[in-house]
Amino acid sequence: MAKILDTQRYKCALGAMQTVQAITRAIPILHSGPGCAQKLSDDNGSSGYFSPNIFPCTSINEKDVVFGGMKKLHSTIENSLKVIDADLYVVLTGCIPEIVGDDTGEVVSEFADAKKPVIYASTAGFKGSNYKGHELVIDAITDQYLEKSNTKQKGLVNIWADVPYQDLFWLGNIRELEKLIAELDLMPNTIFGYDRGINNINRIPEAEFNLLVSPWVSLKSMKKTEKKLGIPYLHYPTLPIGAYETSKFLREVGKFANVDADKVEAVINEHEKYYYYLIERYADLFLENRVINKQFSVVADAQYALGITKFLANDLGLVPGTQFVVDDTPKEYRNAIAEEFEKLNYGLKADVRFEVDGYKIHNEIKEHDYHGYPLILGSYYEKELTQGLQGNYLNISWPVQDKVVLDDFYVGYTGGIRLIEDIYSVAVQRFN
Amino acid sequence: MAINLNNSNVATRENRIGSITGYIGSLSDLASQSECGTLKGCSRCFSQSSTCLSMCALSQLAGIRDIALIHHGPAGCSITGAGVYYMNKVMAKKRGVTNDTVYVGTDMNENDTIFGSTEKLREIILEVNKRYSPKAIFVSSSCATGIIGEDIDSIVDEIKPEINVPIVAVHCEGFKSRIWATGFDISDHAVLSSIVKPPKEKRNTINFKNFFESARPEILEMFQHFDLEPIFLYCNSTVEELSHISESLATTCICGTLGNYLGNALEEKYGVPYIRTINQSGIVGFETWLRELGRVTGRSDKVEKYIEEQRTVYIPQIEEVKKELKGLKAVIGMGPGYTFEVSRVLDELGIEVVWALAWHYDKKYENGDVPPSMKYLLEHDIDFEASVADQQNFEVMNILGKYQPDLYLSRHPGSTVWAIKNGTPAVYVADEYMMFGYQHTLEFAKTILNTIRNRSFEQNLAKRTKLPYTDWWYQQNVDTFLEEAKK
Repeated sequence: MAKILDTQRYKCALGAMQTVQAITRAIPILHSGPGCAQKLSDDNGSSGYFSPNIFPCTSINEKDVVFGGMKKLHSTIENSLKVIDADLYVVLTGCIPEIVGDDTGEVVSEFADAKKPVIYASTAGFKGSNYKGHELVIDAITDQYLEKSNTKQKGLVNIWADVPYQDLFWLGNIRELEKLIAELDLMPNTIFGYDRGINNINRIPEAEFNLLVSPWVSLKSMKKTEKKLGIPYLHYPTLPIGAYETSKFLREVGKFANVDADKVEAVINEHEKYYYYLIERYADLFLENRVINKQFSVVADAQYALGITKFLANDLGLVPGTQFVVDDTPKEYRNAIAEEFEKLNYGLKADVRFEVDGYKIHNEIKEHDYHGYPLILGSYYEKELTQGLQGNYLNISWPVQDKVVLDDFYVGYTGGIRLIEDIYSVAVQRFN
Repeated sequence: MAINLNNSNVATRENRIGSITGYIGSLSDLASQSECGTLKGCSRCFSQSSTCLSMCALSQLAGIRDIALIHHGPAGCSITGAGVYYMNKVMAKKRGVTNDTVYVGTDMNENDTIFGSTEKLREIILEVNKRYSPKAIFVSSSCATGIIGEDIDSIVDEIKPEINVPIVAVHCEGFKSRIWATGFDISDHAVLSSIVKPPKEKRNTINFKNFFESARPEILEMFQHFDLEPIFLYCNSTVEELSHISESLATTCICGTLGNYLGNALEEKYGVPYIRTINQSGIVGFETWLRELGRVTGRSDKVEKYIEEQRTVYIPQIEEVKKELKGLKAVIGMGPGYTFEVSRVLDELGIEVVWALAWHYDKKYENGDVPPSMKYLLEHDIDFEASVADQQNFEVMNILGKYQPDLYLSRHPGSTVWAIKNGTPAVYVADEYMMFGYQHTLEFAKTILNTIRNRSFEQNLAKRTKLPYTDWWYQQNVDTFLEEAKK
């Protein structure tokens, strides 16, 4: 049912176009109104090989609403194949064709023999958020493009994480996850970002397992892949940020993949040594800055709300105030995620709200006693609020207006250090 | 034009003033076909995405201070609210005011498309009113609500007696028009039908329709010479201010595409003269506009004095830069409110326009005339190849590939990057005041000079990037996908 979106933090399912855009040389073909792509795009790294203003689009008009837009879709796909040099063409449907009943699957099936693969996903805006849209694209690849493989490559792992572009750090995070997995002598395979693409998609069926690093996004897709391609999956719900969680993550992956425990411990030890070399040198700043207090709130999607809460509690010894998950997490996942928020060191439990109404979130933050300057990590909407509370603010979740990220990341040991740098940069600038 | 403020729907530009988005030919042909009424737009069997009229309509309205905008539709439609939030904070801060406008979505889902959600919409409107006590409420439809027939007009009519601020339905189905500028008309229509009151007294104000009022301080200063006061619309406007715009001495705008509905409507309904000259870009444009403003407001003497003073300061400097720009060749792509104005300014600066793209083309303005910018070019024997394409980037790239100009100028986000990947230096004409009057014309000329002086960035990038279009496409004619054009 419709609900109030006050300070809106996610897009609609057609936002899946950004997932397609993140696959190098894959292009979305939109069967939608003329302006959907522009609305759903951001200026955070969008002018790549393809950009939203060149996505082919049927630009549905009044006539198509009455008579259907299948003919136009056919000519748009046909000419996209001629005009645009891509490896994969993904037709995405918007609201209109799905309400008026265009059979997109039928039109796409006419391109089964095209030189390049053409697939489609039903991503009408009313089907849900762009998190859901992201899953629909992965499902479309599994359902319509991939086939089960009889051969497996030893040590090959497909890694899946959160939603490109919605997640400011998507590129850096997935590269860093690859690096960590490779250190366990496994072979990471991902489909997003530089130098990845159709070849990586082709390798998916040969993997020994899927590794999903996300509280809930793509969990259904993992189940689908397991069923269709026979690939088991490891679901690690917490984005590992900093030493505590990353070491735990490596142990769990190592165990699942039967990596020699000594090997895993050696990798962990090496990282932790350097990590704590840095922390030791800056511990005085953390303790004696007079600006960063013990209590914090994160306002973000489940991924960052959970990952950052665990990091600040378990690595830096801060104490969570209420945490806000704003990605409209489907109800079936909420209990499991809330339980994760309760697994903190020293028996600490973070109170978590699944809330998409920013008005309520802001009121709760205003009413909470942070025992000093609040530390708020959230979207741009939290900036003015935090300033009003004389708090410390960092823009880590969508919408982002305060930070430019090319390939920075928060995941892993190094990512934890980057997040510390960002938080304490806010602290040292406070009275500048 | 006959404006009916009793109906919340506005006819599209295509239906109202014969606007088109597909044409390839020359400026003179486009004009002569418009004048004799034979111009017909073509459609494309292949196109790339462009812009939604709701973005233009609702971003305009959302610039008004302390109002509420409720966008009824799936979450993707109302995502404009995230950008609006940022722009409003930035623009208010720049001017030293506060803007607490809220832009709320309704996150319509699949069930709502079957069973409807007008009751929920009603609750949301009342809740927003309770939370923020906005000064006005705009309730917008979307493609999905439009097709399933959600009756937002009735909801608004029902709620009207319950709240004591203006509330109006805004019809923003994106499929209605390929011309996003229809959205500007929709926003004007909403303001006119809900906020603007009939005049009680005349004021020495000028309604100044623009986007982001970046030249506000200097226009304030300039208008002081003439004992006039500008009211900039709609960014940072207040509802109170808007309620009085019928009392102004005249309406003017920075962009004919943006301002022409409001200007004509205020003239037709309330007798506020609408200044219909070429726009304020460049020397000729600025002087023509200012003289007309002087004439309409009875301040010609003061205007002439101002022009004389300014000319002494700036004309020698502009003449100096022109020497270095002479002979450059440019391709431009902009909304029609700018294409033909910027073409004129480039001509003034000695730069040759080899091809101009207009994102759409209004055959006639609301008063039935051919756009003044176009008339000016023809009267001065300026002609070039021209096309009408709603930001169809593949056509732009085909043109740039064939002409390899010294310069590409564009006014829309995401467009200039493609030119530089082609190795063509590009100027992003983002600010509507970029060539306003003498000072900005000079700055504009210098910006062009700096752009072509150092081509390192575009050359570095062009060398290392591959363009996304096939060789096949570069060998085709620009009009390959224009359906009626080939006949």
